Amino acid sequence: MIRKLHIKDHGIETRLFKRRAIVAITIIILMILGIVARLVYLQIYSHQHFSTLSQKNRLKIVPLPPTRGLIYDRNGLLLAKNIPSFSLELIPEQVKDIDDTLQRLSKVVAISNSDRQHFKRLVKQKRRFKSIPLRYRLTEEEVARFSVNRHHYKGVSIQARLIRYYPFGSSGVHTIGYVGRIDARELQRIDTANYSATTHIGKLGIERSYEDDLHGQVGYQQEEVNAQNRTLRIIDSTPPISGKDLYLNIDMKLQLYANKVLGDYRGSIVAIDPNNGELLTLVSKPNYDPNQFVTGIGVKSYAALRDSPDKPLFNRTILGQYPPGSTVKPFIGLAGLDAGLANSDLFCPGWFMLEGDERRYRDWKKHGHGNTNLDKAIVQSCDVYFYELAQKLRIDRMHKFMSLFGFGKKTGIDIIGELAGLFPSREWKRQKRGQAWFPGETLITGIGQGFTLTTPLQLASATATLAMNGLHFRPSIVQSTQGRDDEKPVRLPVTRFKSVLLKDPQNWQKVKQSMLRVLHSPRGTARSSGQSAAYKIAGKTGTAQVFGIAQDAEYKEEEIDLRLRDHSLFIAFAPFDKPTIAIAVIAENGGSGSHVAAPIARKIFDAYLLGKEL
Amino acid sequence: MILDSYTAANRRRYSLASSLHLDVPLIIALLLTAVLGLVILYSAGNQNEDIIIRQLTRLAVAFGVMMLVAQIPPRQLLFWTPWLFTIGIILLIAVLIFGEGKGVQRWLDFGLLRFQPSEIIKITLPMILAWYLADAALPPKPLKVFVCIILIIVPTLLIAKQPDLGTSLVIASSGIFVMLLSGIRWRYIFSAMLAAIAAAPLLWYFMHDYQRQRVLTFLNPEQDLLGSGWHIVQSKIAIGSGGLYGKGWLNGTQSHLEFLPERSTDFIFAVYGEEFGLMGILLLLTLYLFIIARSLYISTQAQDTFGRLVGGSIAITFFFNIFVNIGMVTGLLPVVGLPLPLISYGGTSMVTLMIAFGILMSVHTHRKLLSQ
Repeated sequence: MIRKLHIKDHGIETRLFKRRAIVAITIIILMILGIVARLVYLQIYSHQHFSTLSQKNRLKIVPLPPTRGLIYDRNGLLLAKNIPSFSLELIPEQVKDIDDTLQRLSKVVAISNSDRQHFKRLVKQKRRFKSIPLRYRLTEEEVARFSVNRHHYKGVSIQARLIRYYPFGSSGVHTIGYVGRIDARELQRIDTANYSATTHIGKLGIERSYEDDLHGQVGYQQEEVNAQNRTLRIIDSTPPISGKDLYLNIDMKLQLYANKVLGDYRGSIVAIDPNNGELLTLVSKPNYDPNQFVTGIGVKSYAALRDSPDKPLFNRTILGQYPPGSTVKPFIGLAGLDAGLANSDLFCPGWFMLEGDERRYRDWKKHGHGNTNLDKAIVQSCDVYFYELAQKLRIDRMHKFMSLFGFGKKTGIDIIGELAGLFPSREWKRQKRGQAWFPGETLITGIGQGFTLTTPLQLASATATLAMNGLHFRPSIVQSTQGRDDEKPVRLPVTRFKSVLLKDPQNWQKVKQSMLRVLHSPRGTARSSGQSAAYKIAGKTGTAQVFGIAQDAEYKEEEIDLRLRDHSLFIAFAPFDKPTIAIAVIAENGGSGSHVAAPIARKIFDAYLLGKEL
Repeated sequence: MILDSYTAANRRRYSLASSLHLDVPLIIALLLTAVLGLVILYSAGNQNEDIIIRQLTRLAVAFGVMMLVAQIPPRQLLFWTPWLFTIGIILLIAVLIFGEGKGVQRWLDFGLLRFQPSEIIKITLPMILAWYLADAALPPKPLKVFVCIILIIVPTLLIAKQPDLGTSLVIASSGIFVMLLSGIRWRYIFSAMLAAIAAAPLLWYFMHDYQRQRVLTFLNPEQDLLGSGWHIVQSKIAIGSGGLYGKGWLNGTQSHLEFLPERSTDFIFAVYGEEFGLMGILLLLTLYLFIIARSLYISTQAQDTFGRLVGGSIAITFFFNIFVNIGMVTGLLPVVGLPLPLISYGGTSMVTLMIAFGILMSVHTHRKLLSQ
């Protein structure tokens, strides 16, 4: 940059600046005099007035926390409640020697090292006249022991608070969620006035998604305090308004049973009422105890949960994205029927080849199924039939049809954080991967492999839609809210999405009949799970590959690392004629769908429809 | 002038100080104010030593930075000005895009270093204006004035968008002060003021809800006793009940009974007023006035336009901060989140302030070297 040099008259400029500086200092002095005048008015003229106000200023406004709404299951079983908890608290200003007091207290009440450290940290952060918790959840015995000796401990007191408690612990954690201390991020989000007395906020699941309903309205109390800040009497109070109680669609007994029958498998079970989208059961395993989060989980315990390879913190029902495997076949078959492309037979030699491509797309059955029609292809889960059907349908038509059932789209469930899964299309691949679509990818999409990903919730919801001949409801966890005990619960509206319409409605029955034969015919893949059932079940097994197998390589289960084994999947609904429950079961690395997932679903059907085991 | 004789009396120490490029009267006044600030903070922070130690650390850093800046000759500063200003503007835009925090974006995070780019602008805006005005004769021509207005408006709007109304107000003012000192005709100044008053309703339209609420609360504090109206009512009671001599150090009931919110930061002046009374406040105002007067004096002694304009702007902006804070605490102005310079608890703005004083000292002390 070139700066031009001007000849300047320094004298004139200096004088000009001096004049301005004098104006500035004059104005500044005048403004300071203005401040002084204001202070004289406040401190001399109105001193008496403000002095009286400050004397009388012993009135304090203390916010009162509202009681958090309770959560019940569909049968009125209590899932989240508030229990009184006693905590031991100290006011540092009133304690002469904190270390000595802690030492003496530890003889009466158990105080761990981490309690001590946590407390010391709080002492530094908080004001000296504020009560600081040292121990939470005292036992009754500890409360009694302290109360007898309390005169020895000046400035130490026991405070009763309501804390959240989940009686069913880990069994419902992914659905119900839990509350925890409000953190800095949440502070920015919430209405601080309404939360001025609240210490905990919903962090996950229903507790988080329905926070506004559950929390309630803060109350206020005007108290008179003395010069030591101790409350003398209560002048006036506006009681808080409790949060609303929630009734869930979840059947907790069924959920407990589902948790049990899934056994030690990692995985998920979603059961839904197809008539209205009510979610009966949402199981994600492994799980963890939400109660440890309420009073604050230790760093070590949390790290153990977070870093566990089994991912217990991960809610598989809405976040677990799995390849659906053969469970997509009824839907693809329906797409084929609707397009008039699934009426002819085909010979299955055990593999399929695209023209001009050397690669063999293998069937799970090495020597093939022989002559196959759509019914046989669903009942015996023939891959080759669906390779060819997919090729005829082409990817974009499949994508469009599957979207109607909610594949690749969020289901709209009423808890936050759900993932959308993926059903690929030409468009998607170009945008997200910047690549062209290959014909081979169409084939494997036809058997639910390749790019396709679904959450267990999506699978259950799609199955429910199929069971209802296309009636499509939004899956929902919360059934109704109740403001006060004497009020009637208010049912939340059921949302119906656009129905799936077929050109020929007869085709619904065709596919459903095939699904029936999966369980109730001698060659059905899940025949053992359909045996001697008191009602008819329609379903489809699925076995999803976790990793690719080389061309023509033999798949030997025993030789493969446990975590690379196939996922075992099963979707079904029952009773066949008038479905009241649809289900999706996924057992991670469980192997074949017919051996693991299908028997689990059968047990849950028996429990729900016949009342067995509950 | 008194200030001159004071300098003369310290001639000996002054020579040592001038080789360190420090201005002794100014540094003494700054230190006295900072010490007074620590005394108040000890009471306002409920005698928490940790707070005092943290504040002392900040003060040490700030004074250290001031001394470092004072070593840089004004020529060097002049050379760096356009670059620093450009970097500041780029960072401001970056903060709007990548900034931390939901809703309010003021911080940039570089891992170890986390700071507000608006602090860079606080210093470099007066510098860039002075740099731009210095190469032609004063008073500036209308075209130059126009460019200057653009230079002021751009960062002001960028910061107001964060949203940080308090800081954008300070920054706009520091730019305006440069313009006033540059010798613009008074009739332009008056017509600009009239235009500003006319544009006030427009400003209302651009304000965030919480900012509008503050203005409404200012007009009628009793209406919003649970929100920020509580601040004003309680701080007036605190100051008023202090009276002429105050309730004594550590004896302020208003502050210690938790009636007064934010008493270590923006409302610390109320604690001071309650405990030290009008006499104490007069002492503080005298210290402040001395710092301002000395700074303006230094500016008039500067040898070039750049030094004069930057120095003068620093002095007046320093006063502006004080006036807005005390005005807010005494209920004369709406609640704008500005700290009381050298007294309030808090870090970033302290360092910026001391950098500004470092520049002033550089302007003053390098002058003598140049004239030899």
